[in-house]
Amino acid sequence: MTSPLPPTPSQTVGPFFAHGLPYEQDWELVPEGHPGAITLSGRVLDGAGEPVPDALLELWLGRDGDRGALRRGEGGVSGFGRCATAPDGSYRFRTARPDGPYLSLQVFARGLLRSVLTRVYLKDVPDPLLDGLGPGRRSTLIATELAGGYTFDVRLQGTGETVFLDF
Amino acid sequence: MTHPPYLSPGYRSTVLRAPSQPPVPFTFDPDAIELTSPVFGHHEVGPLDADLTRQHEAEPIGERIIVTGRVLDSGGRPVRGTLVELWQANAAGRYAHQGDQHPAPLDPNFTGAGRCLTDDEGRYRFVTIKPGAYPWRNHPNAWRPAHLHFSVFGTAFTQRLVTQMYFPGDPLMPFDPILRSIPDDAGRQRLVSSFDLDLTEPEWALGYSFDIVLGRTPMETP
Ligand SMILES: [Fe+2]
Repeated sequence: MTSPLPPTPSQTVGPFFAHGLPYEQDWELVPEGHPGAITLSGRVLDGAGEPVPDALLELWLGRDGDRGALRRGEGGVSGFGRCATAPDGSYRFRTARPDGPYLSLQVFARGLLRSVLTRVYLKDVPDPLLDGLGPGRRSTLIATELAGGYTFDVRLQGTGETVFLDF
Repeated sequence: MTHPPYLSPGYRSTVLRAPSQPPVPFTFDPDAIELTSPVFGHHEVGPLDADLTRQHEAEPIGERIIVTGRVLDSGGRPVRGTLVELWQANAAGRYAHQGDQHPAPLDPNFTGAGRCLTDDEGRYRFVTIKPGAYPWRNHPNAWRPAHLHFSVFGTAFTQRLVTQMYFPGDPLMPFDPILRSIPDDAGRQRLVSSFDLDLTEPEWALGYSFDIVLGRTPMETP
């Protein structure tokens, strides 16, 4: 048995990914009016509580057989979406509901030498990951329900810092 | 230690963005959705998407290069049909991005973004031009070595990797806090491509090879 190959190290996505990674309608995993569609929106904030205007978020529903679907104009649904934050640090997705209690969210940004991976739970439920966290940290993974949608802020550092997963 | 620590003060932007709590290990759960990854179809990625020199009316200015390599898992097995994305500055060190204020010329024939899917051997291949070095404001007289930005998916969302590829012999590498954020020299060397005369096409383009190894997933047998 040969020893495992060492992985390629991560580097920051940098500030100038906008011509490379985003694509048209990348934040719309399902078309407008899709039955059961929900919106997920929020902001990415740094350790000073300031918005992060140059982050890229990726949402993954993880359903078997789901395709990425880079060409959203062709209709259909995707299990994957992307959204670059606006100058006020905000992002949004329109998505189907996940089969389980959570969606997977990965965040890239200038100043993040490696992406951070977290989970957005639409509801606080008994769960192996949540149950291992203290109440203060647990609440950082629970989205807030609003009319027709959910909000979820990502706090990269400091007070209310979002729980990130080791991966 | 393979990846750079989140907090790497030499790279100033990490100071307020690095998480202060260690990431939470998640115990093995075969149903964790992070163990799957989106699949992209061949109909979504055109053959011209991998040739950054043919996306406009005329050819871009710059030294034409071929960049190719394999995407492998930690066992050395090819990762097939996975999406590889690439973006970069032009030959003058300027990005086609409105936020880039470097006073170097834009090239109307160069956007600097490409995509491809790996083949059955895990191989990707791009044709592009060599990017220029560019200044940034991290510290006085800060310059980024020439680099290509890469994004790779893999078979699990935990394998998702964004990184940068450098060019051999670039004199700026020892001064770059982003490359130097990787603690060990062997790790840094894994981001430096190799010039390859066999990949070089006579009278046409220089060849560089750059393999990408993704992290282990709990689903893999070692
Ligand atoms: Fe760059």
